[in-house]
Amino acid sequence: MTDWLERLGSSTLSNMATLGRAILFLLRVVAGCGELVRRPRLLMRELYSVGVLTLVIIVVSGLFVGMVLSLQGYYTLVDFGAEQSLGVLVALSLTRELGPVVTALLFAGRAGSALTAEIGLMKATEQLAGMEMMAVDPERRVIAPRLIAALISLPLLAVIFTLLGIFGAYVVGTALLGVDSGAFWSQMQAQVSFADDVLNGVIKSVLFGLVAGWIAVFNGYDCMPTSQGVSRATTQTVVVTSLVVLALDFVLTALMFD
Amino acid sequence: MRAKTPVPESKALIDVSALVFSRGGRLLFNGVDVTVQRGEVVAIMGPSGTGKTTLLRLIGGQLSAQSGQVEVAGQPVDTLSRRALYRLRRRMGVLFQSGALFTDLTCYDNVAFPLREHTDLPEALIRIIVLMKLEAVGLRGARDLYPSELSGGMARRVSLARALALDPEIILYDEPFAGQDPISMGALMKLIRQLNDTLGLTSVVVSHDVDETLSIADRAYVLSEGQVVESGTPEALRASESAWVRQFIDARPDGPVPFHYPAGSMADDVSEAQSQ
Amino acid sequence: MKNSRRVDLAVGAFVAAGLAALFVLAMQVSNITAFQRAEGYTIIGYFQNVGGLRERAPVRLGGVQIGRVSAIDLDQNRFEARVEITIAEGYDDLPSDTAASIRTSGLLGEQYISLDPGGMPDALSQGDEIMLTQSALVLEDIIGQFLYNQGAGGEE
Repeated sequence: MTDWLERLGSSTLSNMATLGRAILFLLRVVAGCGELVRRPRLLMRELYSVGVLTLVIIVVSGLFVGMVLSLQGYYTLVDFGAEQSLGVLVALSLTRELGPVVTALLFAGRAGSALTAEIGLMKATEQLAGMEMMAVDPERRVIAPRLIAALISLPLLAVIFTLLGIFGAYVVGTALLGVDSGAFWSQMQAQVSFADDVLNGVIKSVLFGLVAGWIAVFNGYDCMPTSQGVSRATTQTVVVTSLVVLALDFVLTALMFD
Repeated sequence: MRAKTPVPESKALIDVSALVFSRGGRLLFNGVDVTVQRGEVVAIMGPSGTGKTTLLRLIGGQLSAQSGQVEVAGQPVDTLSRRALYRLRRRMGVLFQSGALFTDLTCYDNVAFPLREHTDLPEALIRIIVLMKLEAVGLRGARDLYPSELSGGMARRVSLARALALDPEIILYDEPFAGQDPISMGALMKLIRQLNDTLGLTSVVVSHDVDETLSIADRAYVLSEGQVVESGTPEALRASESAWVRQFIDARPDGPVPFHYPAGSMADDVSEAQSQ
Repeated sequence: MKNSRRVDLAVGAFVAAGLAALFVLAMQVSNITAFQRAEGYTIIGYFQNVGGLRERAPVRLGGVQIGRVSAIDLDQNRFEARVEITIAEGYDDLPSDTAASIRTSGLLGEQYISLDPGGMPDALSQGDEIMLTQSALVLEDIIGQFLYNQGAGGEE
């Protein structure tokens, strides 16, 4: 029993220490972001590898999630004769929840893991130490652009995901299920509010972008510089990001749509 | 600019005194003194695990000592502000054991990296400097290759060109000969000595390759168990009476450094295994 | 640095696609006009029962949306629901005897306020009260009314 308590205590302490390091790290990186204004080119490369390269999986998943949502929603709504509300159902689910959350989960798997592995390998191969010895601060040169790129990319990806999901739902709903296309859009427009639904979804995805980027770069920067350490950090990034995003989504939903 | 004040001739360029450093509960240095005069090639030798690389990191200010002084160009490294430390580091080049080249950049861009980071030179001028540095290490023709396309020895030479890019005063070499074939080893030895003399550098070479290192060094320190056991010119070291230095230089498997990692008696382990 | 132009192009396209998607979400999916602070004038109606009516519910006349419900409150003196209705600018000439009723779109759809114009020459203006209101119909009432109407010969 005391053994168990002892383990709990020591793991709590080490988790708290990690959290503290992560917070200090984030503050230092944010303080070092000023350089990006001077050198936007650094950001470009990272926006490419973090954002553009994640686009394919987002486009495909967005379409399919929308199509499935349409199919499932239709069979439920049609029992109540409310199949004209299909657009509303799909649009609200996507803008408020699925768009930001699923995008963040996919982002963690595609871009977050890649960021962690890249930074971890740079650490393992002494590239970060080399940079430091060349009087270049890796937190500014390597970490800050990646964090900001994640922060910018995720909301854009989430908006694209949401829109394509609605489009997928529209195609399935009107072409396959026979929902009236006019009703689909007009009901949606009447019920979906820009400020409450669309904008809140965007705010969510900005926060998810910060969290996903932060976890990814920190895990890479903090990992053990061995191949095992890098692989563990990469897994860690995907797992922790997914859990944190889901938990954060619950809190945000409770705050935003009471 | 304090950083630019020339160090008086009498004063060592690198002065490590009474250094104590431990990590992970292990005492790596216990009162180490190392001085490097301007223009010298100084070797730091010792078996693996004696913390030779750590010493370089202490000199570069990436780690700070528990007690003792590390002064570079008259400035105490571990009490400098970040800004001053970074300014000091521009006067140092480090050749890492793995080369530490940026794998996503070509050789050319690797060498250009410190120039682009620290200067506002026009691209045409950077090109001239980069090609000169690559020429100095004999790899101007490899400028468009990526690090993954280079052999280990070539990667180290490119890394050396990069370390030279900002015309440093000091170059720190971390195990430059480890894992090299005889030809690239010879090329690196020649480069280290030649660059030091022609460019007026000061070099610190950390290595456990005795013959190669001693043949290019002006002076050498031999480390063991956290202390300097012997120091002096290569000739003096070769003639040293110390059992420890003899074991290291003559590459004897057993001696003051035991062949066996500390353990209980073999008989105990065997009987324990049988009783289980 | 050779393909940096391709990178720039791809990033530019990506950012543009994201912003365009946001624009479409704003214009096509949601109603951006709901975001703008509703300009117009507010009239008030008292209802005995608002049923499932919510703030921001549409206000329609002849099926066309001309405003939104901006607030729902309980009037402590009359013990009736006090509903503020914001009519959009441009619909200034509603007759002062316009009637308001709470209706449901479809059997289970959202509830909205339907306005029926009267015939008085003077128009409703800011702060005026709607005299004729009809409360929301609860499902049971509808069924009850249906049965009653059937009994009375199906007349309206």
